This record gives sequence, structure tokens and C-alpha cells, in this order.
Amino acid sequence: MTDKVEFTLAELMIVAASEAWRGDGEVLASGLGVIPRLGASLAKLTHSEGLLMTDSEAFLVEEPIPLGPRGDYQPRYSGYMPFERVFECVWGGRRHAMVGPTQVDRWGQSNLSCVGDYAKPKSAMLGVRGLPGNSINHINSFFVPAHSKRVFVEGEVDMVSGVGFKPERWNEGERNDLMEIRIVVTDLCVMDFDGPSRAARVRSLHPGVSFGEVQEKTGFPLIAAPDLRETPHPTAAQLALIRRLDPHELRATAIKGNPPGIRPAA
Amino acid sequence: MDKRMTTADVVGALRDGMTIGFGGWGPRRKPMAIVREILRSPVKDLTVVAYGGPEVGMLCAAGKVRKLVFGFATLDAIPLEPYYRKAREAGELKELMELDEGMFQWGLRAAGMRLPFLPTRCGLATDVVKLNPELRTIRSPYDDGEVLIAMPALKLDVALLHVNVADRLGNTLVTGPDPYFDHLFARAADQCYVSAERVEERLQLDAAAARSNTFERYLVTGVVEAPFGAHPTSCPSDYGWDMSHFKRYAASAGEEGGWQAYVDEFVAGGEAAYQERNGGTERLAKLPLPVF
Repeated sequence: MTDKVEFTLAELMIVAASEAWRGDGEVLASGLGVIPRLGASLAKLTHSEGLLMTDSEAFLVEEPIPLGPRGDYQPRYSGYMPFERVFECVWGGRRHAMVGPTQVDRWGQSNLSCVGDYAKPKSAMLGVRGLPGNSINHINSFFVPAHSKRVFVEGEVDMVSGVGFKPERWNEGERNDLMEIRIVVTDLCVMDFDGPSRAARVRSLHPGVSFGEVQEKTGFPLIAAPDLRETPHPTAAQLALIRRLDPHELRATAIKGNPPGIRPAA
Repeated sequence: MDKRMTTADVVGALRDGMTIGFGGWGPRRKPMAIVREILRSPVKDLTVVAYGGPEVGMLCAAGKVRKLVFGFATLDAIPLEPYYRKAREAGELKELMELDEGMFQWGLRAAGMRLPFLPTRCGLATDVVKLNPELRTIRSPYDDGEVLIAMPALKLDVALLHVNVADRLGNTLVTGPDPYFDHLFARAADQCYVSAERVEERLQLDAAAARSNTFERYLVTGVVEAPFGAHPTSCPSDYGWDMSHFKRYAASAGEEGGWQAYVDEFVAGGEAAYQERNGGTERLAKLPLPVF
């Protein structure tokens, strides 16, 4: 390889995020936040053209809409998807969302509601939003911009907003076969919950990151996937698409300090 | 038949302790002129049912919320609703029913269909069931035997909505891209009051325009002409939300006496003064629609 491509960590994470949707076929791809949305858009433009996407408001589009002010760009709509229809899609299971929870635990349970005691929280956040329903009905992936024990907590998340694989949380007769957690993209690595008994695994490490560093910043034990490797670098073609999808470079503000994709080993 | 009234008439119909649903979604198309009238009134001990935006924060700040039934509270571009957050972190909201967004509309739907509950999978295996012990489960009577949450009807005494256009009979139009769940709030309520950017004598529409009518006039108790009545929230296709107002509102939550200062500046003087202090109607009409 002669052509050396430079890229930022955010761009590496966008490409990693796009992999979440590979093979999903015709489902609604919802990437919430700059990097997940760019990841979903990139997936649709490269390996997964069957994905459905919206303008992040109420209309379906076949061409992912660039982020930020649109200038002369006129979205062309292919259908209608107001919130009411999103619920119908969610409950029917034909969706894969990537969301950024405040906490994630070893069982893949997630929290968007509050940190601390529920009655008088240290930090009140958004509320559970659609997480209970999304998590039990369709595929979800997570995006974590700052991998730490504050996010990947030691015990259970403070308020279980999204379901996970903790057997004690499921009672007899309740269906847990419609849910799936695909991947977790962080600023250090890509993880999944495909270990024994759905244990958390590290699938790939971003350049310059060691397994030890990831474990040190995670509140629960991790295992290395048998084929643990380095997270694939963006190609020049992927970077060109990312630039087109993000003309105002909102991705530069998505990760603190906008570090380069290849960081010196710690 | 003439259902026209004023915001003062609407608030005059409210009683302490009522369960009130607010239409719209987060910082989008909230009946804020009516909310400001509530803030000026002595009405209290409300059960507020909402996909929460600034109306939730303001009613919390004013100490009017006894119970909150919600899935979230947000200003979108400012993710955390500042006064909701303040009330929660002070432990002031003693009664909470925090629900999945989908369960919430399911509860409104049950109320509108006069059913005691509707079954759903949403909420199972989360703290939503643990923190709301009033939620019960039901087993499917068919061979599958699946256990589901029986989402109870969210019955409302009053629904308060804001739309783009209404007429004096109570016909309404939502001309923005998303009607949200206003129709379900209207169906779930004993009384429904709708403020509108424009109230016409009688709607006489072509077929395409009539599709923007999302619920029937028999659900509507009263209509109020309230231009810019959703401000500072958005009212597409008429105007966008007011980011500079939101920033000022959010900043006030961090200031000593901030809420009282906000009330003095923006609420106490009535709607005409409110519009003036936000740059006048000419500015409000030009607030750009948000880009998502």
C-alpha cells in the first residue's frame, strides 16, 4: 500500500459505526447523534443500500441528507415517517438504532434517565425516551464518545431504561427473543455482547489502544474476541463520502479534542 | 355554534388537581400562550401528562406540578430541560410516572378508545415497571401465553393543544410535517382546548389541505386565537423555535432568583408584552424552521 490516508478518530468511528448495519437489509436505520447518523448514512451509501432513512424529522429519503445547514441542497422525499409511524416500525421490529446512553452495564442494559438515586438524582437527564420499547423490539447499537467507568459501570446501571441480557430482569412468559444488541462503538474500541452467556467482548481496538487500557476504563470484565484485531482504517473513498455527508465538519466536534485516528500507543 | 374563547377562559375552566395533557413534542408546537396564562393563575396541584418540553420545566419551576407523567423533557438543541432538571435534582417531583414514549401514546390511545388498558411489550425488563408499581402485567389468553404490560388508559381531564389553523366550530389544521400525538391527547380528554395561529370563520378547503385535519371538531371544547402562541417552541410551517430565547431561559435556571426574573420579564405582562420583549411579531414570524 503506497497511498497513506490520514483520518481522525471521529472518522474511524464513523466507519466502525457503519458496520453496525451491515447485512440488516430493509430496516429503518436511525443513527442518533453526529457519528451514528454519519455511520448509518455511510452504510446506506456503501454496503447496505436497502436501509431506510429519514430526514430526522418526518420524511423518508433514499439519499442520506448531509448534516447541518443545507444551503441549496433540497432533500427529495420517498415517503412519510412521522413519529406515530416510527412507533409502528419499532413495535414491528424493522429498525436498527444506534443511540448514546449515559450508562451501559455488563448485561447490555442502558440508562438515559438519571444518575444517582431516582427520587433525588445527582443528575437528571432526558428520561427513558423510547429506549424501553426500542430495546425490547428491535436491534440496537450503542455509541460512547468517551469510554470510561462512568459510562461502563461496575454494577447495574442506575435506572434500567433499555433492556439487556440479565436473566433476573426477565420473568416467565416475557419475550426476550425479539431484542438484540449488535455493537458498541467507543473512542477506544468496538465491543459486542457475543461472549459466553452474552458477556461483553472487545472485537477490535482502535489504533494505539491496548486491550489493557480498555479493560482499565471499563467497570466490568471484558473478554477479547478470538479474532480481535485493529479497527479497520477508513479508505479514501469512505473519507470522501464522509466529507460529502458532513460538509460543515460537525464530526470535528463529536470527540473531545478531535484527535487523529492513529494515536501513539499509551 | 361558536367555540371561540380566550386563554383566560381556558384557564378559568381549569381546577386544582386536574390531570392535564399538553400536545406537541419537546420544544415543538406546545400551547405556550395557554401555559403562560396558567403561570399567571393560581391553579395548582396539576398532574401534567406530556412529551415534555419547556411547559414541563416552567410548570415545575412555578410549583404547579403534583405529578408528572412523561417519557422525557427536552429542548432538543439544549438536550436537558433546565427547570425539569432542577426540580428533579432537588427531589421536588415526588410523584413521577416515567414511561417509554410508545407506552405513553398507548395509554392515551386506550383512554381515547374507552379501554381500561392496552397490552404492550414495551417497558418489560426495565426499571419502568419497577418504579411504577401501578403497572400490572397480563398473560395472553391464547396459546402463546405471553406476558405483557397492561398499559393503563391515561385519561385526561383536559388536553391543551396548539395548531396552525382553526375555525370557530373547532375544526383544526396542523400544517407542519408531523402531527405528533395531538389527536390522541384530544381523544383521551374530557375537555380539549386548542390555541391556533389563526382562527377563521369557517374552513373551506380542498381535499389536499383537508388532510391536515388530524382530529374531529366534536373533540374540541374551545378554540383560542393565539398568534405566536407556541413561542418559544416551534410551530412549523409558520415559524421555528427561538434558540436565543431558549438560551436565556436555560441560563435563568442557573441564576439566583432566575425563575422570578424570567416570569417578571416574559410572563407577568401578558401576551402582547411577551411578543414585544421577544423582538415583536415581525421577528417572531421570521424565526427559521429548525434543520435536523
